[in-house]
Amino acid sequence: MKITTEQVEYVALLGRLALTSEEKKKYSAQLDDILKYMDMLAEVPTDDVEPMAGPVKLFTPLREDKVEPSLSVEDALRNAPAVAGSSFRVPKVIE
Amino acid sequence: MDYEAVIGLEIHAQLLTDSKAFCSCTTRFGAEPNSNTCPICLGMPGVLPVLNRKALEFTVKMALACNCRINEFNRFARKNYYYPDLPKNYQISQYELPISENGFVEIETSQGKRRIGLTRIHMEEDAGKLIHDETKPVSYVDLNRTGVPLIEIVSEPDIRSPEEAGAFLRELRAVLVYLGICDGNMEEGSFRCDANVSVRPKGEQALGIKTELKNMNSFRFVERGLQFEIDRQIELLKAGERIVQETRLFDSATGTTASMRSKEYAHDYRYFPDPDLLPIRVEPALVERLRSELPELPTEKKLRFVNEFGIPAYDAGVLTASRELALYFEETVKLFPKPKMVSNWIMTELMRRLKGEEHGIDSCPISAEQLAALLRLVDEGSISGKIAKTVFDEMFDTGKDSSAIIEEKGLVQISDQGELVEIARKVLEDNPSEVEKYLEGKTKLMGFFVGQVMKVTQGKANPAMVNQILMEELKKR
Repeated sequence: MKITTEQVEYVALLGRLALTSEEKKKYSAQLDDILKYMDMLAEVPTDDVEPMAGPVKLFTPLREDKVEPSLSVEDALRNAPAVAGSSFRVPKVIE
Repeated sequence: MDYEAVIGLEIHAQLLTDSKAFCSCTTRFGAEPNSNTCPICLGMPGVLPVLNRKALEFTVKMALACNCRINEFNRFARKNYYYPDLPKNYQISQYELPISENGFVEIETSQGKRRIGLTRIHMEEDAGKLIHDETKPVSYVDLNRTGVPLIEIVSEPDIRSPEEAGAFLRELRAVLVYLGICDGNMEEGSFRCDANVSVRPKGEQALGIKTELKNMNSFRFVERGLQFEIDRQIELLKAGERIVQETRLFDSATGTTASMRSKEYAHDYRYFPDPDLLPIRVEPALVERLRSELPELPTEKKLRFVNEFGIPAYDAGVLTASRELALYFEETVKLFPKPKMVSNWIMTELMRRLKGEEHGIDSCPISAEQLAALLRLVDEGSISGKIAKTVFDEMFDTGKDSSAIIEEKGLVQISDQGELVEIARKVLEDNPSEVEKYLEGKTKLMGFFVGQVMKVTQGKANPAMVNQILMEELKKR
């Protein structure tokens, strides 16, 4: 195995995912397959290859620096589970 | 054992664009919370960010001004973290393949000239603002700042003292402001600095364990925060204790740093290329155009001031610290071509009224024309230097011309030979015992006589003439 259960748990924690022990087993195996596949790529000699910015020969379009109207505050807050005045309200994030 | 500090700085500068980095919301500061937001900067599903051309061009300008290599092909990455200041749960930033790398900035300190390396300058988006409730267990989120374009400037760990850190920051700020791409306001947070600090025994090559310092929102606080942290780390090592790698916050009220306890877990940003944004191509033609548009930068201007105006390097440094101040100086000198006198007046009287470099010359009520006119009056002998200072203060307070103030207050210098001779004679007659002592050799009393003439004329007598006349009158006795 290329990946330990602890690593799967850590990644799940970072991704805010609550996994059951069956899921951990299942994802360990799947992630292991992915990593093995990546190892195949690592065998290709790339010393003389320039790093590639992207797989297609297209580049990001640019927009002009022009201000357009924003949403109303009411609309901006419409999906929020909790609101206080014009602000989103969230559980306190510092101690 | 002697220790040395190793400091690297990360600077975030807000770019002066009208609209945000990836959407068309305004970047204006101070609006009602969440009134400058849209589906893109709110991180709603299915939206696509589109890069602001001006943000890209501003970044290239700064990179060129700091001698960086521009990566023709570069790309955005997602920096993943959970903190409600960015609703997407990631920040659009650059990681591998940033827009520019390997630059440097030259600074001058009391130890002489030094070159501080820059690892990279890259583009990213700013996060929103959180206000933590004092009494309830909640925080309030304002996403107006979310998506405002930033550049992050990362220095090499080349800085060895708080003084160097301050000089480096001032230089970077001056360049940003000269380029007109950032207003450089540390108090309002449009120019922010975090520091990585470690200490090691002098001569050691390996780096010590570092701490990250945040919350230093003025040049002075950066210097004080760094000094405190360096001393703290050295003391710990001397006591045989270990330094904990952590983020610490500077407290300006106490001048100390304290560990920041956050509910966020270990930093593990899992950067990956942002699939919503194609790679960026910075065409060589664009780079050359932007290079040709670069203005004269502070270091070049400083050198030119020394060579062209013959003023000391120190003066040139102060005058070129801001582009506006430098322009003010040059305009005044154009109208009154005595650079050293102009420089003296700007650096003493004007700076005193503007209360140091952080208050802009743009708020100065005295125009370059008005200052030049005042200095001309001093130079011609119409008013004394001392009275000129009074006039200057009045000009600063009222915005009036010097000539108007002088006329109003009857401050014109008395340079009339006959009038001054008369006054001098009267002073000598009124003080016979002092005259006697003077004639016996107490020549120091000259100051007393000059003082008396000034008192009679309310300081308006031409001092050079008064001296001459008193000397002649005393010789006659």
